[in-house]
Amino acid sequence: MSAKSENLFMVSLKDAAAGGAIALALFGVLIGMKAEVASGLGGQLGIEYRWAAVAIAVAIVFGGRLLLNLFVWKADKPVTETAKGFLPSARPLAKLGKFAMPVFLILAVVLPFLLMSAYGSRGSRQYLDLAILVTTYVMLGWGLNIVVGLAGLLDLGYVAFYAVGAYSYALLAQYFGFSFWICLPLAGILAAFWGIILGFPVLRLRGDYLAIVTLAFGEIIRVVLLNWYDFTGGPDGISGIPRPSFFGIEFERGPGGFADTFGLEYNSIHRIIFLYYLILIMALVTNFVTMRLRKLPVGRAWEALREDEIACRSLGINTTNTKLTAFALGAMFGGFAGSFFATRQGFISPESFTFIESAVILAIVVLGGLGSQIGVVIAAVVMIGGFEFFRGLEEYRMLVFGLLMVVIMVWKPRGLISTRMPSITLSGKKAKGISADLVQEGHG
Amino acid sequence: MSSWDTNPVLTIEHLTMRFGGLVAIDDLSFNVGRGDITALIGPNGAGKTTVFNCVTGFYKPTEGRVVMNRTNGEHYLLERMADFQISAKAKVARTFQNIRLFGGMTLLENLMVAQHNPLMLASGYSLAGIFGLATFRKAERQAVEKARYWLEKTALIDRADAPAADLPYGDQRRLEIARAMCSGPELLCLDEPAAGLNPKESGELNALLQYIRKEHGTSILLIEHDMSVVMEISDHVVVLDYGEKISDGTAAAVKDDPKVIAAYLGVPDEEVDAVEEEVGI
Repeated sequence: MSAKSENLFMVSLKDAAAGGAIALALFGVLIGMKAEVASGLGGQLGIEYRWAAVAIAVAIVFGGRLLLNLFVWKADKPVTETAKGFLPSARPLAKLGKFAMPVFLILAVVLPFLLMSAYGSRGSRQYLDLAILVTTYVMLGWGLNIVVGLAGLLDLGYVAFYAVGAYSYALLAQYFGFSFWICLPLAGILAAFWGIILGFPVLRLRGDYLAIVTLAFGEIIRVVLLNWYDFTGGPDGISGIPRPSFFGIEFERGPGGFADTFGLEYNSIHRIIFLYYLILIMALVTNFVTMRLRKLPVGRAWEALREDEIACRSLGINTTNTKLTAFALGAMFGGFAGSFFATRQGFISPESFTFIESAVILAIVVLGGLGSQIGVVIAAVVMIGGFEFFRGLEEYRMLVFGLLMVVIMVWKPRGLISTRMPSITLSGKKAKGISADLVQEGHG
Repeated sequence: MSSWDTNPVLTIEHLTMRFGGLVAIDDLSFNVGRGDITALIGPNGAGKTTVFNCVTGFYKPTEGRVVMNRTNGEHYLLERMADFQISAKAKVARTFQNIRLFGGMTLLENLMVAQHNPLMLASGYSLAGIFGLATFRKAERQAVEKARYWLEKTALIDRADAPAADLPYGDQRRLEIARAMCSGPELLCLDEPAAGLNPKESGELNALLQYIRKEHGTSILLIEHDMSVVMEISDHVVVLDYGEKISDGTAAAVKDDPKVIAAYLGVPDEEVDAVEEEVGI
């Protein structure tokens, strides 16, 4: 035993030393030397040596490798195995999904009042703003889930529909003076229309090719908005977008305003709370419609399309129409969210619709678990909430964030909630979820 | 004149399929009789699956005509139709050589997907479905009953709510047949349904196919290598070799056809010598 462990230690030490040597060679140049324009010497180029930093980096590599060798890679009983016992396994998490749904819902409904009582109307505003942001992303995630999670079509340009929705509202309000409640459905319809426009050319594409074309589409929309100066205002954006009214009653001080009508004292928080409930209702409608559609023939056809497109066609399913409905519906919800975004901000510019937004929304869907509605909620809260929470860390925020995503993907490669529930059962509620290993991710 | 020529459910006329320079099927004509079990056999690479793909619209034939004659008197030119319409309108269903089930969906869901078109209509293209109208709920119940019926017939009812990918191989083959039957076909095309089945399972398959033919009046066209299946249940056998039809008749007639024996087993040495002498090798 002791001979073996001594042997293990020697082997690990050797391996760690080799790793340290490579680290020294790399970091010696990368970190150890920094070209600098010395200010005192009339702008001469000099080299600043930072051997202490190199030593630290090499020590981290050496120590880390030694520890990993001793306890994980070469050990009889890797620590990771032991650690796995402490992590919640997939099964209870799937059950959690069932209980989490009503808990989340109740929490979401009473959230403004909780915040108000805890922080007062002034202090709760920033948290409410964050809640609105998170809920917007939940809605976008649910919308994209139709396209990516159910139909299995990888869409990297989802933000385009968000932009179409936002600009539809902004432009209709600017040119025609339409109110939010008229523009909301129009924005959805226009976004769905653009979803179909995008859908047609990409029908034959699969996988990587589909992803690239949708990515390009997202950029096209942004670039058009940026350059069509006469119409969209280009990089200046559109400002002064009308705020939503409470079904015609404006949120303003004085007679006829919301506070006056309902006999309340005027407070600017009323508008924020109203916006919060507005996006919450819109998100819940998205969820309701998606959950219903999943149990309808069209939803089942989407999932069948994700599983096997050729089999779908052999069963008489028009795959063209099925894909287009998925694109159109996903885009429509993106459009609704977009017009909400415009009315909340009061100002939009193409800056808000860059590729990174698409990536964040897609990351929410993938991290949450493709096709899982509650997974999207958890992922949106963690990602967007975490993003704001770690704002204090400044540039390290992305590092923390990236690490978090890597950890989740290693721990649960198919997303947080990856179990698929059958859309219909013979045995009633007893039916078990389907393990993610059996479910296809779609081929594009 | 044989029975399949007087009342064919499917007529294939001068079908030719070329892939570039390769002629996969060359001027093939045959009939599939209504209510018959017709077997399409031939050595590997003879073009059997290509015929299937032409019939079900996955390939567009280079030349020729494929006519589906439905029981209600309608005729469909399959070579001109999109693949999904062949199943939806012409009522031709198929299975695949390498099973294509919706693995992540349950057995019941697989069979519900097969009833997509009538259910879509009943759900008012989803609008009536979203609001849960009674007409849709009724149609859905009927669809579930139909699925239950086929699950019972294929002895899969115990695993109705299990994912299809979890089934053993033989069960997956039966589920694929059940799924095809749920789309309500008049012609069922089976691509090697007995491949990989043990003798007991292939016996059960024979019984199932005969039941389908007898009780539902569905004509069956099948590709098969397992001669025990072919000889036992087929009314009509068509033999292909290198894309050409070399024999066509009842199972017994085909079995004794020297051309068929030559295609499968090769020709005696003396004949090869004679031909070689003739061409001067």
